[in-house]
Amino acid sequence: MKEVINLPVKDIEVEEYHINMGPQHPSTHGVLRLVVSLQGEIVKNLKPHCGYIHRGIEKMCEKDTYPQIIHLTDRLDYLSAHINNHAVCLLVEKALEIDVPERVKYLRTILDELNRIASHQLWWCSFGMDMGGLTCFFYGLRDREHILDIFEESFGSRLLHSYYTPGGLMQDVHPNFQKRVKDFIKYFRKKIKDYDDILTGNIIMQERTRGIGLLSKEEAISYGVTGPSGRGSGFSCDVRKHHPYAMYSKVEFNEILLHEGDTFARYMVRMHEMRESMKIIEQLIDNIPAGDYTAKMKAVIKLPAGEYLQRVEAARGEFGVYVVSDGNKTPYRMKFRSPNFSNLSALDHISREGKIADLVAIGGSLDYIIPDIDR
Amino acid sequence: MAFSIYDFTSFNQTVDKFLYDNLTPFWALIVEMTIIGLLVLVFYALVGLFLVYAERKVCAFMQNRVGPNRVGPYGIVQTIADLLKLLMKELIYIKNADKLLFNIAPFIVIIASFMAMSAIPFAKGLHAIDFDIGILYVIAVSSLGVVGVLLAGWSSNNKYSLIGAMRSGAQIVSYELSVGLSLLTIIILAGTMQFSAVVAGQENGWFIFKGHIPAFIAFIVFLIASTAETNRGPFDLAEAESELTAGFHTEYSGIKFAFFFLAEYMNMFIVASIAATVFLGGWMPFHVGGWEGFNRIMDFIPPVFWYFGKTAFVIFMMMWFKWTFPRLRIDQLLTLEWKYLLPINLVNILVMAFVVLMGWHF
Repeated sequence: MKEVINLPVKDIEVEEYHINMGPQHPSTHGVLRLVVSLQGEIVKNLKPHCGYIHRGIEKMCEKDTYPQIIHLTDRLDYLSAHINNHAVCLLVEKALEIDVPERVKYLRTILDELNRIASHQLWWCSFGMDMGGLTCFFYGLRDREHILDIFEESFGSRLLHSYYTPGGLMQDVHPNFQKRVKDFIKYFRKKIKDYDDILTGNIIMQERTRGIGLLSKEEAISYGVTGPSGRGSGFSCDVRKHHPYAMYSKVEFNEILLHEGDTFARYMVRMHEMRESMKIIEQLIDNIPAGDYTAKMKAVIKLPAGEYLQRVEAARGEFGVYVVSDGNKTPYRMKFRSPNFSNLSALDHISREGKIADLVAIGGSLDYIIPDIDR
Repeated sequence: MAFSIYDFTSFNQTVDKFLYDNLTPFWALIVEMTIIGLLVLVFYALVGLFLVYAERKVCAFMQNRVGPNRVGPYGIVQTIADLLKLLMKELIYIKNADKLLFNIAPFIVIIASFMAMSAIPFAKGLHAIDFDIGILYVIAVSSLGVVGVLLAGWSSNNKYSLIGAMRSGAQIVSYELSVGLSLLTIIILAGTMQFSAVVAGQENGWFIFKGHIPAFIAFIVFLIASTAETNRGPFDLAEAESELTAGFHTEYSGIKFAFFFLAEYMNMFIVASIAATVFLGGWMPFHVGGWEGFNRIMDFIPPVFWYFGKTAFVIFMMMWFKWTFPRLRIDQLLTLEWKYLLPINLVNILVMAFVVLMGWHF
């Protein structure tokens, strides 16, 4: 009798099969290839294959001078271009012990936060699209356009700005800058409610994200998941709070910490962060001091021999720049600590035993940017 | 030859009589079938083109866009241009695909929607066939489409297609129950399955008003279930663009893709037609008891306009769902059907039977 019961169970054991998500796939947000092992619809494990757009940026940096390197950092996480630039600028300023004018600090902080909002808007709309709500995509892009217009007016470029230079900024901001930023804040405070109406409050969206892709605080630390993704797991990792730079020590803002560690928590952290960024900008925009837009710099920047590290809080997590200098005008070795690479490493762990649809939602909530992973 | 836009019966009889007078019965039947076939075909293509255009405009306005506006005035020729493009595109045949099934699949999908459409009454006397089991026939025929979807997914030799087809199979088979049961609720009230009789029964009030709360619940359930049955968002798991690239029709190109595309819109039109016919009075005008003048004005609007207006309203609702809701997950989809809609439906039928027995409806 026992044998009769046991036999069929062995027979119906399902084989795993693999599908390639990517390099060309709508929800990998770039040329990332995920080899997913599936049992029916259930993800058993997945292997990310990176490197499809590896451009050797770290090696290229070894041939470039520091002002030139800034242009390469734009191309890492292209959605937080200002913040990446900021890291290199801060590193050079720290190494040369230069004091940048107050005006520069104010402007850099405001621009960083605008960049963070723009990045989170793009994340929101692509997350909505991953979930199947196509309308979100247009709402997000509509509002992001306002920020890009502000950028365009001041320094001509919309995506890859390369606006910061070691010691200051490339040029002063447009006279309209203050007014337009204030207008934008007023506008976006109204529009962010739409975001909540169409996606956050939606029952389907909540059902699909709550309790999905659980990442505990310990796991977040061990995988090095930083930024909003890490803070959704309760890992306090905001570089702006722990190692303040620019004006962050003087403005009031909250580090958003949620402890659920699921996809919805990661989503909510970003939604709150957009509001916090607006709060930071509001505190600074009215009292930008007059003054130079750059400190006096030598024509050729040479860093003293030694090792330097600078970390900043990019839109997706901690962005670090590590430089070994031998005293020349080019670095001896340069290494970027990109947030997305570490965040991606957790994807395999947290998407196991979920459905394909969960994998897409989790991927959207980790918000990886492929050029930043491949470098 | 009496032609009236309010009643097509006499016109049809005149044509019928003319044909049978001049031809042998066999040839008269052949000619009639050809005429009706051609009319349905042309109507099918026109509605398909119009719906594609309507969807693009509706979704554009929901997304702060203007939609197609380059080809022709307000972009109305855009869909024809798209169709021509699809006609001229190369048909890609993939290696190791089951060629026969791969080629048959789009036709099965489109034939299913063809057959369903021929039973729908557009106005008084304006329908191809008037069965005494019309509703049953439409339910039976429209669910044949899933065979085409399954074949498409299976024969494509693509894992994305296969997953999409399996999802679609599970989804359509489940939601078929809810569609059938919600229509059954109204059949209890109407006492007939013949479409013309169902419409005639709504002369003094649409069933959604006549049947109290049970009819309203049945309408809501039908709307949800039929959206799911046509594989449209938020239930578009079979295509699930962000998960499965294009689901069951990933490997199809050119006009074969257009067949799936068209069939989706036609299925939407068919379920909207059924909703309009069964719940909203079909081509019957809107009447309020006692308001003679108002009723006469309503009567003045031709039935065809009433019919298309109601259908357009239901179609708009379905587009509204699609462009504002995120997509469900497959297990949530099945939970919704088996744990919520089906029990609600079963109770609803009992309530409706009770209401009809006690004579509490209007």
